[in-house]
Amino acid sequence: MSPDGESNDLFAYAVALADDALIHGQRLAEWVSRAPTLEEELAIANVALDHIGRARMFYARALEVAQDGRTEDDLAYRRDADEFANLTIFELPRGDFAVAVARQFLTDAFNVPFLEALAASRDAGLAAIGEKALKESTYHLRRSRDWVLRLGDGTDESRRRMQSAIDALWGHCAELFEPFAAEQRLIARGVAVDRAALEKPWRGTIDATLADATLHVPTTQPSPYRGRLGRHTGYLEPLLADMQVLQRTYPGQQW
Amino acid sequence: MSERIDAVTATRAERLRARRDARDPALWELLDDVFDPEVPVLSLWELGVLQDVYRDGADVVVVMTPTYSGCPAMEAMEDAVRSRLRVAGHRNVRIVRRLSPAWTTDWLSSDARRALVAHGIAAPGVLACPQCGSARVSSIAQFGSTACKALYRCNDCGEPFDVFKAH
Repeated sequence: MSPDGESNDLFAYAVALADDALIHGQRLAEWVSRAPTLEEELAIANVALDHIGRARMFYARALEVAQDGRTEDDLAYRRDADEFANLTIFELPRGDFAVAVARQFLTDAFNVPFLEALAASRDAGLAAIGEKALKESTYHLRRSRDWVLRLGDGTDESRRRMQSAIDALWGHCAELFEPFAAEQRLIARGVAVDRAALEKPWRGTIDATLADATLHVPTTQPSPYRGRLGRHTGYLEPLLADMQVLQRTYPGQQW
Repeated sequence: MSERIDAVTATRAERLRARRDARDPALWELLDDVFDPEVPVLSLWELGVLQDVYRDGADVVVVMTPTYSGCPAMEAMEDAVRSRLRVAGHRNVRIVRRLSPAWTTDWLSSDARRALVAHGIAAPGVLACPQCGSARVSSIAQFGSTACKALYRCNDCGEPFDVFKAH
């Protein structure tokens, strides 16, 4: 492949990973002033910051490759929904606290082995981000797993809500394990992580935790949406409208 | 595990070497005045954020490793570094962010750990109340007032306190 093709692939891959982190961070940020307790508010805000920081690192790596004069802000605030490549599990509505816990747990359980593998990428920039973010996701998983156990093996009401949150998100988990075309080529070169191979270890974590939490693994069919290919749910546009309003109204504005 | 300890020792040794073999020790001394805005008893060097500072032609290059990916204090630290150097007459400052090796609390010196406890923050890996020294403590929240801290309570003296998370 031409060097240009290689850098286009790397750009698309880094932007996709950044979009996942940014949209998850934005959904988490919506909890500020709405969390059930002050301690959880601080925890959610801290996790949101870790994800937004991770998004910035991936955008920065993409822009080092592209060298086309664009900035992180251009990528975050001046693209439309169909140009975003985030997986749809991150854009689904905020929901109740159980939904926040379910989204965190299902994706933390993926992120830990994913980042571990990314830390061994042949791209030194991506590997450094993987090494750094892995420590954070490991800590996030400890908290999100604890909450699944507490709510699942809790009261009738908390158990009902925890189960329905897992059920609501389950159909969107298939996307976690589907590489897109550029990613396939980067896997062959040892740059991207073979995400399909992570489904088995991920299911191991999920099955064990749900069993401990007296919850069951849903049998929901995969959703028809494919965020990586720009086929988003209707929930992404309102999220972007909120997140992008300042840069859309005053392009290039700085604090 | 021993592999991990070796890696920690190696990166710590490399940090110390960068400082010991400094081409321009005066620059290091200037930056010893720059403290973590959120934990103001630790300099950026003691915190493990500052990795290297040297001249490159007319520029001063400062190499820094962020603590947590989303730590909002990082920009404040960079501004403080620029402003400290500017006051000393260095106008062209270039800051390089180095991600790998990833920042770890294993880089905190024993002086830094003592300074944390004196400031009322339990040091990473040592769960004890900074007020009364009791080891009978319970977790209130895994995240505290900043990204690098968790919140605990002492079962003996009843005081809540921050813990610098082992990372």
